[in-house]
Amino acid sequence: MAIAAKDLRSEWRTKEALNASGAFAIVILLLFSFAFDPASDSTREFGGGLLWLVFMFAGALIVNRTFARELPNDCLEVLISSPVPGAAIFLGKVWASFVLLILIELISLPVFGIFYNIVWWNQPGWLALVLVLTTWALSVVGTLFGALTVNLRLRELMLPMLLYPMLLPALMAAIRLTTLVLMNEPVAGDELVWLKLLIGFDIIFTSLSLALVDFVLVR
Amino acid sequence: MSAVSVENVWKYFGDFPALREVNFTLESGNCLALLGRNGAGKTTLLRILAGLSSASTGAVKLPDRRRAAYLGHNIGIYDELSAEENLRLFAQLYELPDANKTAAKWLERVNLLHVAESPVREFSRGMRQRLALARVFQHEPEMLLLDEPFTSLDDRAIALLQDLMREAKARGATIVLSTHQLKEALELASDVVLLRRGQISYRGPRTDAMVHDPSAIYRDYGGEA
Amino acid sequence: MREKILTGVGALAAALLVRNLYVMLLQLPDEADQGAIYRIMFFHIPAFFTAGICYIVSMCASGYSLWKSDLKADALAMAATEVGLAFAAVNLITGMIWGRIIWGIWWAWDPRLTWALICWLVYFGYLMLRQAVDDPSERAKITAVVNIFAFVSVTITWKAITWWRTQHPGPVLSIRGANGKTDPAIESMIYQNWIPLLMLALILVVIRVHQERALRELDAMRRWAHAA
Repeated sequence: MAIAAKDLRSEWRTKEALNASGAFAIVILLLFSFAFDPASDSTREFGGGLLWLVFMFAGALIVNRTFARELPNDCLEVLISSPVPGAAIFLGKVWASFVLLILIELISLPVFGIFYNIVWWNQPGWLALVLVLTTWALSVVGTLFGALTVNLRLRELMLPMLLYPMLLPALMAAIRLTTLVLMNEPVAGDELVWLKLLIGFDIIFTSLSLALVDFVLVR
Repeated sequence: MSAVSVENVWKYFGDFPALREVNFTLESGNCLALLGRNGAGKTTLLRILAGLSSASTGAVKLPDRRRAAYLGHNIGIYDELSAEENLRLFAQLYELPDANKTAAKWLERVNLLHVAESPVREFSRGMRQRLALARVFQHEPEMLLLDEPFTSLDDRAIALLQDLMREAKARGATIVLSTHQLKEALELASDVVLLRRGQISYRGPRTDAMVHDPSAIYRDYGGEA
Repeated sequence: MREKILTGVGALAAALLVRNLYVMLLQLPDEADQGAIYRIMFFHIPAFFTAGICYIVSMCASGYSLWKSDLKADALAMAATEVGLAFAAVNLITGMIWGRIIWGIWWAWDPRLTWALICWLVYFGYLMLRQAVDDPSERAKITAVVNIFAFVSVTITWKAITWWRTQHPGPVLSIRGANGKTDPAIESMIYQNWIPLLMLALILVVIRVHQERALRELDAMRRWAHAA
């Protein structure tokens, strides 16, 4: 927790990742309006997909920073040699990026609603649930891969290349559920399978990350 | 009772053995100077002791990590945080009972109380180094792991480090330091380990003869300075 | 000795392939609905199985390499992934050709083919990551973690794609005729042709593992020369 608070505080001071990622999200939202007719009625049908692509692209900038933040002055070494277990360092970082990602999403949502004339608050409970579950998936896998790639040349390139295809199941579920929410259709029956998938994804990858994080941090 | 024991440690990078069959123990309260040329394995060994890296085979025994401190080649301080926030953060991580008080005490000790609230980014090199020393010593570690501490510090910080190390020794702390600065290290040390190509080529107590003629150890046991 | 065994296995695989090609092209009749093109399945499906086995072997090798810090297992994981990618490429390309002829388009978002492409990208990422790490031990550790993640992820994706398909029905690659049945002679040929492809995969993996070992030795010698 102390680590999460530290990360959020230094991010709040510099706002490097937040500004870059927030601006990037809006740029992508703008670009998509040229890819298809933003005024058509069908926007609601692919709105879920669009929204999650924006969150994923912008999110990569955030998770990329979580461990890169420790690089100047070799702070990561000090954290690892401290009595804090690797899993706790990792979870602290996951929480910090989770909070930042949710912030970016909350900034993007109204912009998305305005640009594409979409009412997105029809089912706030479901929307919040999907946001939280998928953002957690992105934070966990993204933070672990951020730790993996932190010392590499080409870090900025490697991270999204590894991250996106592996997040695909969570992304599929998020897109499907978000589309339902945007179209104001009930999340029930067969569609619940996507919710289960998302929860399963979170549980599996959180436990896998916690089990393997020491191999990643202690080299 | 020995504070540090390193038993038959090997460390491979690929097929290259960076450490080969390293064995030694260090009594509690003693100071070990880890000598050797660049690439002899000093940093690798210290990183294993600090828990940053794991030995390929063999075992390392150390006191509780809460009572240990590590100073690497870099200062390990966050630029975006203030001096006080840095110290408070590490005090929390080391589970000190009163992080605020400890941080304030150490800021005074390293002469940074007047800039406690300023972000470290604005500090001069020497100020950052002193803050790093406060970070290392504030939880009164029983075990100090210092990697080339004299090379990266300026004169004032070196004087401070020497004071702090003397104090630590006085309260019975165990010290392992790797260094090129033979003279300073040998004056402080009670034990010497000389590494050559990842192997120990000399291990034993420091003798007075070594202090008088520091480079003799390289001549006698291989690996020139 | 190893080379002799490899040559022997290679010769056997070649002989089997020639025999299979003879049966495929000259003995088996054209399929009622699909015509001659159905024969591409004799390579398409075994290549898919081979790639799948390679991925599984690679995952197990990575797990072992992580557990025991064993660089030989790491080399096996790398080799199996590379060879798996080659066979997956065969699978993808033959699938596209089949789709072009039967459906008229190269890429119809057939769920299984889409899944194969996702796997290809995931494992390609794994190989890219290997290139980016210099120290072999560190490389073994971090790529093993990625490999385990990759396997778990593509397994879940497989499930997800099946659900996606039931909701958005799409075309499915198939060798089944209009009545939903497969000719037993065709089915058995698919398995028969799998044997030489597996042997080929084995040979390639062994060669790559040994190349990797040579590289590692070279790297160690270079470090030794640079060390004090």
